[in-house]
Amino acid sequence: MAEITYIQAISEGLREEMQRDESVFLLGEDIGNYGGAFKVTKGFVEEFGEERVIDTPLAESAIFGMSIGAALQDMRPVAEMQFSDFVSTGFNQLVNNAAKIHYRWGAAVPMTVRMPTGGGVHGGPFHSQNTEAWFFHVPGLKLVAPSNPYDAKGLIKAAIRDKNPVLYFEHKYLYRREKQELSGDDFLVEIGKGRVAREGEDLTVLTYGSMVPTSLEAASHLESRIDVEVIDLRSLMPLDMELIIGSIKKTNKALIVHEDIKTGGIGAELSARITEEAFEWLDGPIRRVASIDTPVPFAPSLEEYFMPNPDKIAAGIQQLWDY
Amino acid sequence: MTQAELSELVKRSEFTPVAGLSAEDCVTLYYYMQLTRTFEMRLASFYRQGKMVGGVYLGTGNEATSVGATYTLEDRDILAPTHRDIGAHFVKGESLRAMALQLLGRAEGPTGGKDNGLHQGNKEINTLGMISHLGAMISVAAGAALASKIKKSGQVAIHFIGDGTSSIGDFHEGLNFASVMELPVVYIIENNQYAYSTPNSKQYACDWIAQRAHGFDMPGIVVDGTDVVEMYRVTKWAVERARRGEGPALIESQTMRMRGHSEHDSADYVPQKVMEKWEDKDPIDILKNYLRDWGVLTDVTREQIDEQIESEVEKAFEYALDAPVPEGPEAANGVYAR
Ligand SMILES: Cc1ncc(C[n+]2csc(CCOP(=O)(O)OP(=O)(O)O)c2C)c(N)n1
Ligand SMILES: [Mg+2]
Repeated sequence: MAEITYIQAISEGLREEMQRDESVFLLGEDIGNYGGAFKVTKGFVEEFGEERVIDTPLAESAIFGMSIGAALQDMRPVAEMQFSDFVSTGFNQLVNNAAKIHYRWGAAVPMTVRMPTGGGVHGGPFHSQNTEAWFFHVPGLKLVAPSNPYDAKGLIKAAIRDKNPVLYFEHKYLYRREKQELSGDDFLVEIGKGRVAREGEDLTVLTYGSMVPTSLEAASHLESRIDVEVIDLRSLMPLDMELIIGSIKKTNKALIVHEDIKTGGIGAELSARITEEAFEWLDGPIRRVASIDTPVPFAPSLEEYFMPNPDKIAAGIQQLWDY
Repeated sequence: MTQAELSELVKRSEFTPVAGLSAEDCVTLYYYMQLTRTFEMRLASFYRQGKMVGGVYLGTGNEATSVGATYTLEDRDILAPTHRDIGAHFVKGESLRAMALQLLGRAEGPTGGKDNGLHQGNKEINTLGMISHLGAMISVAAGAALASKIKKSGQVAIHFIGDGTSSIGDFHEGLNFASVMELPVVYIIENNQYAYSTPNSKQYACDWIAQRAHGFDMPGIVVDGTDVVEMYRVTKWAVERARRGEGPALIESQTMRMRGHSEHDSADYVPQKVMEKWEDKDPIDILKNYLRDWGVLTDVTREQIDEQIESEVEKAFEYALDAPVPEGPEAANGVYAR
């Protein structure tokens, strides 16, 4: 077994699905000869040809429109956003077209959208956003957000095989930082299933994406005093409510952590659902640690203030524990 | 350097203005183009030294386009620059110091470190700050021109658009709307042959992007964007026409992105032959030859200007490098106007 990075895991997953299924093809800006802005598809043109690895004009709305059209003819397109921030340029095709087709006239739209996401890389307001909540509100879309190479590979494969439009949020900060040994076997990670990233008895941290390793670090800082359980949601839509509620019933305390800003984030819905389903099991308020409600600022000093980090998460855990 | 200082240096032998440009104008154009190059080469070396945060996008090869077109504008006019138009900012009146502070993400800079690159707007000199999403500023520039029309202020807007950017839906919406309303806006395609790694052959199927102007019922003109005099002449014509109320125009400048998409990119996808062909068309060399042939500036005087520019750029960066970065809590401020 060889150790691979998060970004290599995405590449491997894509490659295996393209080898397995002729109907899988890729489209996006600079993904061909150049191999994509982050080199996820480096070498793919040589292996699969220009017809299956399409360099597109600069046109996100058409990238999605064409993905929908091809998916309706039983192809399995995987569209790459150069940065997830640019998805807004193709918003209508995703939220009104792709998301609503099956509900309206019963046709499946098996397409995947790769969304290089998130901050901590000093990209400024337009190359750092967490855009998952924009789509969380749209019935018909599935949303996944891996935090490690295993899930990155298993979820990209599951997304491609899913019959619905799946937005795959790959975190840029994790690309080359997260490493793992993976077997060469064909495995999937089921969409809709979270995972326990760290078992604990005292308090549950619910998180996903880049905040999983960050929360684990915070939890290990507090190890001697508080036994923290960390749940990696992995799938944002659908949410694994069984796993979430099970953990809350065990620890009776919930802290939600995400890199996205606080207001209207995934955490707001999580909090509401936990209150609805397990209010009497809680012995403290549900709290959130998230980015502050501003655009993502550019300067490192500002961005650091803006985003959660292990210290802020540890403080959040401590305060909830002390409640 | 000020206009007066530059004028001092001009050899005023019997020079007949070209394209309405006096000898002083030609020297001023040289100043701004050389300033752009010098400033940008400094950024490139800062990038290599790890002094820059994030990507560095340079306009090498684009100097004549950006500077020549913007030089047609009056102070009151509106400029909507894009990511390779540092020269346009300078011509419109952005200071070197403000630019250096901005690009280094300093507290005192125009965005206070909140945004990066050439994203700053400046109400005082009437520049509109771009967002990264390409194409978004096309209709914004039209909107500024609409305000001019409503207010009868006589202002004209110029907006620069990349070749790649011409593929996005906003391009059609903006140009069509501007034409329907006969707005005083001039669109300039900076056709530098590539959009990141994507060559024009994968971007559009027509010969010239300017052909599309026909469909919007506006003039569409292709210009040699490495020749600042040509760039000025054609843009001036379009700006005057727009000012007279005759509507928008689309000018396609043919030029080359002489470096990678950003400084991390070696651009090895550009064939060597193509690069060499364009190296012979360096916009600054072309203007230098004009100035020499026309007897406007001796090589010695030109070198004096170059030295002056070096020291101005040096000073701006010296100041900016020493300037403080923003305090973290400043991140929370400014979301809403008060
Ligand atoms: C809507 C949108 N999609 C994708 C990008 C990512 N991106 C940044 S620059 C660039 C290429 C732009 O090419 P062009 O318009 O020709 O301008 P140039 O950089 O060549 O001056 C791309 C794809 C973006 N900024 N905006
Ligand atoms: Mg270009």
